[in-house]
Amino acid sequence: MSAQQTNGSQHSTSANGSAAADNVLLDVKNLQKWFPITAGFFRRTIGHVKAVDDISFQVLQGETVGLVGESGCGKTTAGRCILRAYDLTGGQVLFQDHDGKMVDLGPLNNNEMKPYRQQVRMIFQDPFNSLNPRMPVSDIVGDPLKINKVAAGKELEDRVAALLARVGLRPEYMRRYPHAFSGGERQRIGIARALALDPRLVVADEAVSALDVSVRAQILNLIKDLQEEFNLTYLFVSHDLSVIEYICDRVVVMYVGKIVEVAETEELFAQPFHPYTEALLSAVPNPDPRMRQQKSRIVLEGDVADPANPPSGCYFHPRCRYVQDQCSLETPELREIAPGHYAACHFAEELTLTGVTASGELG
Amino acid sequence: MDTPVLIEIKNLKTHFFLDEGTVQAVNGVDFTIHQHKTLCVVGESGCGKSVTARSILQIVDQPGRIVEGEILYHRPDRLSGVGLSEDLPSPNGAGGSSSTEIIDLAALDPRGREIREIRGQDISMIFQEPMTSLSPIHTVGNQITEAIKLHTDMLDDEADEHAIELLRRVGIPRPAERLETYPFELSGGMRQRVMIAMALSCNPALLIADEPTTAVDVTTQAQILELLEELQDDFGMAIMLITHDLGVVAEMADDVVVMYLGQVAERGDVESIFHDPKHPYTQALLKSIPRLGVSRTMQRLDSIRGMVPDPYNRPTGCMFGPRCDHFMPGRCDAINPPAIQLGDGREVHCLLYEDE
Repeated sequence: MSAQQTNGSQHSTSANGSAAADNVLLDVKNLQKWFPITAGFFRRTIGHVKAVDDISFQVLQGETVGLVGESGCGKTTAGRCILRAYDLTGGQVLFQDHDGKMVDLGPLNNNEMKPYRQQVRMIFQDPFNSLNPRMPVSDIVGDPLKINKVAAGKELEDRVAALLARVGLRPEYMRRYPHAFSGGERQRIGIARALALDPRLVVADEAVSALDVSVRAQILNLIKDLQEEFNLTYLFVSHDLSVIEYICDRVVVMYVGKIVEVAETEELFAQPFHPYTEALLSAVPNPDPRMRQQKSRIVLEGDVADPANPPSGCYFHPRCRYVQDQCSLETPELREIAPGHYAACHFAEELTLTGVTASGELG
Repeated sequence: MDTPVLIEIKNLKTHFFLDEGTVQAVNGVDFTIHQHKTLCVVGESGCGKSVTARSILQIVDQPGRIVEGEILYHRPDRLSGVGLSEDLPSPNGAGGSSSTEIIDLAALDPRGREIREIRGQDISMIFQEPMTSLSPIHTVGNQITEAIKLHTDMLDDEADEHAIELLRRVGIPRPAERLETYPFELSGGMRQRVMIAMALSCNPALLIADEPTTAVDVTTQAQILELLEELQDDFGMAIMLITHDLGVVAEMADDVVVMYLGQVAERGDVESIFHDPKHPYTQALLKSIPRLGVSRTMQRLDSIRGMVPDPYNRPTGCMFGPRCDHFMPGRCDAINPPAIQLGDGREVHCLLYEDE
């Protein structure tokens, strides 16, 4: 947890970032994922949905990086590309192997991916659909161990029991099927499954979004505790800014397949440099009725741009309240505005945007 | 300060009779909705908030039914309504009785004529998932005018015009063209706006919104909440907003009802619920949410231990007892706490306040 803080200023999120420092676990470079749009009898490709379009960021050993944005912004696609659940359209996903070498996961085939599938694991959003209803919990959690020939027989059972106990479930229940568990418990099973192979990077895709308020806090605390205990690195994909703020060290904000801002959590929330981040922060309802009058909420007009047919220039310009002529003509580059703080806005330096102060007020 | 009462719910019990046993989804709920005010019902999944709302409209799914209690609807004198009401002929055809009529909705036949007249006209509802609650095979215009034509004697042209006006009012661009579109052609936020337009088509006295923003993004949520507030000013309807998001409650509510496992834990005005919560459940719930700006300095969230109990095995005594930090053995597991009035319309169901 502390390693990346001392190195905060060295973060390089730009594509031409220098050779990886020792503690860079994941280095995503110019990642692209386009889905073809087909039409007609021969399924001719008539266009592409640019779900992820040229994004670059790094994840350091032991840190939690948040990937935040609205639905359709490509955050889930980015997560899945890193897991190689999708083939990449372009770019590189460099992952630090045990021996410290950076390996590009992009071109690997299924066989070559195998060792890395143990190291990069995923926690899914929906605890009701992500567990096989026909498998008992012992198989759900134990199968990764069995398939990768990590453990078998009695040892396997002991490991599953230990994993379940660690995530706060009673090992006696391991013969039960998922239907016997509540949403929060199922999510714990999903976490146990992700941790079974001692992963180094865990991609958590909206891991707490489907949970109730009182259970969400338990799972967030569990995710934090496990990080300290197992020295895990998280890529935390979420749309919920208050959850992101609680759990992440650094935040990547995405809009229509592109990164619009990257910064350390504290900085991003206190002093955003991109108007989209500002609008997102201001849209979060504040759980304090006294704030109601003081708050000048920025209500964005219209909907998220269509990734198959994005607007010209800056993708955000049709909804931006600070829009100028230049915005519809030139696409802004992601550039460093302050040390470690990147934004893709032509006017990042000139605008004074509103963040969230430590007391929870907008100021 | 308080506006007249619109809906009074007294000791409502809605149970589901399943093969595995009886689920007491709503088990003795009391609260009041005032005219032109927003009441938020907040609670976790399974606390009975949606079933309470559905009970008001008598649209509880089989095998559930209202087994006890009253839902008194104080039908307002509609001629004094505001907003679009002047475009509409007098509802219910009764010709504007001057005194308030009180109807017990719980006693009406769920398939009867009376409740059908109230649904969509006096009380309407919007749902969480706008894709599944709109018909995929009918145009937007078709679906909106259906309710108008059912409850008023407008002709097709007039109903179309009224629908266009409604769509414009809920912020849909080019409303005349939209009449011919199908729901799949619209985004999530637009669909929710269509739902709202449909719900407001007969100028209801009460709009029930069941998690209207749960399925949409934060920026769209901000748009929808803003719209609901504006529409309330224009149309003057009361809103019953069901949500699990305390942030939404704080932004929207005048009054709040906190529910837990089919019962009311606590109710009161929004200010006191958030700044002086009485029930241990409300207190714990407020502590367990990450707050923007505050949580980055926090090491851990205070979580509520355990989980919501299985509906077939409800605890004895206080429903929150097994998860409560103030649990008093011998009392909390024996007595189901009655409503204790704390003044100023505040009510808490907790034995800690018995002496007050």
